[in-house]
Amino acid sequence: MKRRDFILVPAKVLGGALLSSLAGELIPVEAIAAAQTMVKAPLRFFTAEEARVIQAACARIFPSDESGPGATEAGVVIYIDRQLASPYGKDKYRYTKGPWISSVPEHGYQGKETPQESYRAGIPLLGGDFPGLAPEQQDARLEGVEKTRFFELLHIHTVEGMFCDPMHGGNAGLAGWRLIGFPGPVMSYRDKVQKYYGKAYRPAPRSLEEILRYPVQPVEDEAG
Amino acid sequence: MKRLKATDIVVIGSGWSGLVMAKEAATRTALNVVVLERGPSRSVGDYAGGMDEINNRRVGLVQNPADQTITHRHSMKDPAAPIRQYGAFKPGTGTGGTSEHWGGISDRYLPEFFVLATHLREKFGASRMSADWAVQDWGLTYDEFENYYWRAEQLMGISGKAGNLRGKRVDGGNIFEGPRQHEYPTPPLPATYTMGFFHKAALQLGYHPYPLPAANLSQPYTNPDNIGRPACAFCGYCPSYGCMIGAKAQPTNTLVPVLSGRNNFELRNNCWVRKIVHQNGRAEGVVYMDEKGEETMQPAEVVVLSAWTPNSVRLLLLSDIGERYDPATGKGTLGKNLTHQVTSGGEGMLVFKEPLNLFMGSGAVGYGFADFDGDLREESPEKILRGGLFLRGAATGEGPVGSFGRVPKGAAPRNWGSEWKKAAIQHWDRIGPGVEMRGEHFAYKQNFMDLDPVYTDKWGDPLLRMTLDWTDYEMRQMAFGARIGTQLMETIAQVSGASLVRSERSRMGDGAFHHYNAGSYSTTHIQGGAIMGSSPETSVVNPWLQHWGMPNLFVVGSSSFPQNSSSNPTLTIVAVSHRAADGLIDQYLKKPGPLA
Repeated sequence: MKRRDFILVPAKVLGGALLSSLAGELIPVEAIAAAQTMVKAPLRFFTAEEARVIQAACARIFPSDESGPGATEAGVVIYIDRQLASPYGKDKYRYTKGPWISSVPEHGYQGKETPQESYRAGIPLLGGDFPGLAPEQQDARLEGVEKTRFFELLHIHTVEGMFCDPMHGGNAGLAGWRLIGFPGPVMSYRDKVQKYYGKAYRPAPRSLEEILRYPVQPVEDEAG
Repeated sequence: MKRLKATDIVVIGSGWSGLVMAKEAATRTALNVVVLERGPSRSVGDYAGGMDEINNRRVGLVQNPADQTITHRHSMKDPAAPIRQYGAFKPGTGTGGTSEHWGGISDRYLPEFFVLATHLREKFGASRMSADWAVQDWGLTYDEFENYYWRAEQLMGISGKAGNLRGKRVDGGNIFEGPRQHEYPTPPLPATYTMGFFHKAALQLGYHPYPLPAANLSQPYTNPDNIGRPACAFCGYCPSYGCMIGAKAQPTNTLVPVLSGRNNFELRNNCWVRKIVHQNGRAEGVVYMDEKGEETMQPAEVVVLSAWTPNSVRLLLLSDIGERYDPATGKGTLGKNLTHQVTSGGEGMLVFKEPLNLFMGSGAVGYGFADFDGDLREESPEKILRGGLFLRGAATGEGPVGSFGRVPKGAAPRNWGSEWKKAAIQHWDRIGPGVEMRGEHFAYKQNFMDLDPVYTDKWGDPLLRMTLDWTDYEMRQMAFGARIGTQLMETIAQVSGASLVRSERSRMGDGAFHHYNAGSYSTTHIQGGAIMGSSPETSVVNPWLQHWGMPNLFVVGSSSFPQNSSSNPTLTIVAVSHRAADGLIDQYLKKPGPLA
């Protein structure tokens, strides 16, 4: 990577997955050890300014509030940054041969824009001053882009980043899973299915790596 | 072009059809069998690391549309567009194909479904049949086929309860099914919490609920090939995923273990077949791109074509085998009778007060009722002839990414922000499973497959083009499904204490799709295009799935089904593949030539 931009995220976002998958890259590990609240995370796709806009936008879609932690604590911006840098962000999993035509809604998304391009088109619509605006002003800007492909992706990616396995960079500290009580990819509920009829089964969540006891490669880290 | 040493049998595709053919041929004869699979190698051991929603969403086990997709148009008057990201269906790739990530529901087809054209004519008369229907008989009957169902059920160890044992009604099973000679190999799966309400509500309305027959084992089972598999663990990573313990029957855990290590069997992965080479009505072998991209000719005495349905039809078109169907004249057979299962169901959300633990699930757990399957016993307001199967009451396993965010109407002003977040957290794991309907899709003269004149795959070969739309009849089928399904959901709400919250976005109302929607998932059950029948004038293959014009070519799979059933197709695909294998081994190999 030529460029090395960073974004400030809560320290726990860098716990576990990011450290192991980016081993060798410049990460202030000592900062985490010192329990510093905000640390610098390296970016793969966004510029620092873009990342701040997305981080602020995600925080309005999934806010940190009285009902619990939100996109900022879960590190959603890191999740989105990695997805966009991956083959998915460049549309390697989509048919991209022409001719490009506009068609009926029953044919799904026919646009030429890749996810990377949708974000690069959408971020200027929110504006570089977006992170510094008052929440009501931010919401008004988001309402202004609600019908765009960019917002559609941003919404999907925010939910994904909240509730994905932490190996993907989001759901840091299992914040999303704790919020709803999802136990993680548990291998067997055979003895729980009938024992918990109508009663919540909510053990402390575990990540895939914690359950398997070996790391799994996130798809966004594959070459493409 | 690299030319390899000839083999006896070459099989294209390693899903249920291809590997059933390979297993039968390689174990019952000494012939050499080569299976060519486009996708990567996979085995049971790969699937534990696959329990991840994001990896599964991005790549998962499906064919990459970047390499090849299909195009679709609603009618011959419309331009076709490429489906740029898979929507309505999820064709699999890699060892086992689509059969790795299926759900596991394993009902048999109704007996009269095999002779549907004759049945409709006799029962309802020509006046009730639409002029554009192209419904045909299969050329074989349920009675001839019953033992093949039993072989498929034993191979997979289907967990269920018979409702019609040798003509005797057995309450608690599906009493409307065709007569079966044997009870299921294993008993039904244990019921999840919400299933109890579905069951009670269905009984209250006078229906006959039965546990869905499941390829996801209720208990450990060893099949006739001496392959043992464990019971389903309800982990919830089931449809769209491969089973990490092998409880869900897949080719990799039933057929590959029998085949691997045999010296007359070879599975070649990452081999993309582009053409079947033939001369004078005889297949000579196949041309494929190997994993290094080198064009390779594999000569063979017998070719078995068993890719995913549209891909099998496409290969016949690309290889110029058979006469292409022309809807204008009705001439030709290749590509006709394209169908896609009609789906519908109850409307609204069942909102429970208590948590439901819906992340515990299994691909085929649930109840069904067949009271409206087959001919309707009384005239419906929708004026349809045959109803459909109603099912579920259980979740197949809800991951947090896919299930978070659903809130009943009025709970939040928009689908983002604090109020939505709060409502979505409150409602997570409290929206109960709905009621689905699966209906038959009759064949129509205007629904067919051919090659797209514009769009090509990564090698430059034309894509398959589907011309397919719903008619008013299918819209009425869907309205029927919505009416019966919603009525059941209202009753589920009554017996469970949940509330049924309706939304203004109705399945049949304004804003709903009134045309075939290739953009959002329904089922992967695309069928037809190389249908079986009793005459070469009206079908591509005979009832042994042998090509009418090319006796050493067998086209195996649901490409051979003349119309689409209310029951899911996999069990019937496995059964029909066993029958094709018998035709090949017991008849063709002893006396090569046409079997019909």
